[in-house]
Amino acid sequence: MPTWSRRSPPGWSWPMAEKKMVDVFSDVERETAMTANPAGYAVTELGAEDERIVTLAADMSNTVAEFIAKFPERYIECGIAETNSVSLAAGLASAGLIPYIYSMSPFGMLKTCEQWRTDVDYNHLPVRLVGRLSGLAMGYFGTSHYAVEDIAIARTMNNTVVLSPGDAASCVSLMRSTASLEVPVYIRIAEAVSRVYDEAPDYEFGKWPRLRTGSDVTLIGHGMGLGLCAAAAEALYEHDSIEADVFDAAYLRPYDETALLASAAKTGHVLTVEEHSVAGGLGSLVAEAIARAGLSVRLGQVALPDKDLEVGVPADLYEYYGLTPSNVAAKARSLVRR
Amino acid sequence: MPADITLERGRALTEAELLRRADWVRLQTIDLIAQAGLGHYSSTFSCAELVATLYYHALRLRPAEPNWPDRDRFLLGKGHVATGLWPVLADLGYYPHDWLKQFGKVGSPLNDHPNMKLAHGIDFSSGSLGHNLSVGAGMALAARLTGRDYRTFVLTGDGELQEGQVWEAAMAASHYKLGNLVAIIDANGFSGAGPTSQAMNIEPLAKRFEAFGWTVREIDGHHAPVLLRTFDELPDPASEEPVAIIARTRKGHGVEFMEKQPQAWHLGLLNAEQYADVVAEISARMELANG
Repeated sequence: MPTWSRRSPPGWSWPMAEKKMVDVFSDVERETAMTANPAGYAVTELGAEDERIVTLAADMSNTVAEFIAKFPERYIECGIAETNSVSLAAGLASAGLIPYIYSMSPFGMLKTCEQWRTDVDYNHLPVRLVGRLSGLAMGYFGTSHYAVEDIAIARTMNNTVVLSPGDAASCVSLMRSTASLEVPVYIRIAEAVSRVYDEAPDYEFGKWPRLRTGSDVTLIGHGMGLGLCAAAAEALYEHDSIEADVFDAAYLRPYDETALLASAAKTGHVLTVEEHSVAGGLGSLVAEAIARAGLSVRLGQVALPDKDLEVGVPADLYEYYGLTPSNVAAKARSLVRR
Repeated sequence: MPADITLERGRALTEAELLRRADWVRLQTIDLIAQAGLGHYSSTFSCAELVATLYYHALRLRPAEPNWPDRDRFLLGKGHVATGLWPVLADLGYYPHDWLKQFGKVGSPLNDHPNMKLAHGIDFSSGSLGHNLSVGAGMALAARLTGRDYRTFVLTGDGELQEGQVWEAAMAASHYKLGNLVAIIDANGFSGAGPTSQAMNIEPLAKRFEAFGWTVREIDGHHAPVLLRTFDELPDPASEEPVAIIARTRKGHGVEFMEKQPQAWHLGLLNAEQYADVVAEISARMELANG
């Protein structure tokens, strides 16, 4: 019979991770309510202006705590039942309300994809699905908690606007500018974003703001990919005199095909950067648009491979999969010099 | 019909008229299916009396103003029986009778499953089983939030109750005290592939709904006096328990050979001889009811 001891063997110690999971939730940038939880902050502001706005969450009430405090009667807790939350919201919207559903990304667009398509998208209802903790944000919780296929799914929906803000200010601005849309909206929230904008841009429907102008390479990112593009562009200019056109692809559906094709034709090199699978996301839509237009362009993708992913704290995973400014710069360099 | 004409709840409908209306739904269904070339007979027939009771007696409607905010909602969870609904909505004036001639054709607003974007009178699209009780709960909740007294009715099949989402909705409806929500279960005992009890047992239905906090009425879904009384005696929409009407029905009811082989007529097409027999059988009964 083996004997089990609660004590560790002598001389044994726990290998402490250098970067802890908790870092994801306590980024130094997040000093205000807005930067800590921009999607929760924005809906509270919008809710004060439009009483048709209601929020729903499936065991995610903490993310709309401020809204609940101000408008308790307009919050609908759904328990751990995401599919019900989406169809329920469709019913609310059909009766004239504007529901914002807050869910963890893997259990939002992924688990409820069919409810979203059939009840919300096909019926053109103004429901908003806000997916927090997208991509690899839930790190070592395991691959069940990853959401790296959600954009691929969302952008095949016929009537859904797909948004992926690149930082907190852009999130608030995007939510504000889409609040009155009479169509479904999916808002994918990345947690590991860095500050890109000092002031939030005014987003025009379906347009990609340009962060920087150059003629050597086109860098396009959404979510955390936007900050990576901005940082890489800076480094490319400083160290290699490579000048990059940089676009904020916050709108993934519809997307800015005009800006994309004009820039691609100009630079001849296009690199997309995203915390999403290589299959079906920004990289795919850019490749499709360029192929359709018949442009002869070198394409590169910094994204997650479409195979079983590793598990670990997000910061380590980003390093492992090359979602870093230095890797984006290296990819851009090799694309240009190939 | 002027927009402000309201068909009120509980309007006059004799037992004989109810049954004749249900048979009329069956005849119309047979013709629509003949035109389209394939359709769901027996599951439409099991709920014909339910549909007749709702549209000619129980629902508060304004056909000339299909989006009237205070209308009672009706959601066809078992969307595959829309064939039985199209003639009723045309009859009430939601759209011209001519539309029926386009049923099943490319570009027609009327399909085998209902689409709220295409046909007036459809309060919500359906076709994917298990969704509409959630949607209905959302509508009922919206009534609470906006201070309206409309009722929301959701007709589901019994096989549909195998979908897990139904029970998420059942949980939410009692949690939010939605006495303005009425689920009607067309318990005909069959799903597409065979008896519901063999595929995945869903009984005891009454106990299950009661356990989820619902008020339950278990009735004979073809018996006119019981149907009229059940809908007349629904609790006030302001009450706090959602209501489940478990209607025990026969799949294929009203056509003898379909009652005997309900599964074979879940999806099919009558040949000319069968068509004539079925029309004769139903017409004879309607004439008898006419006295």
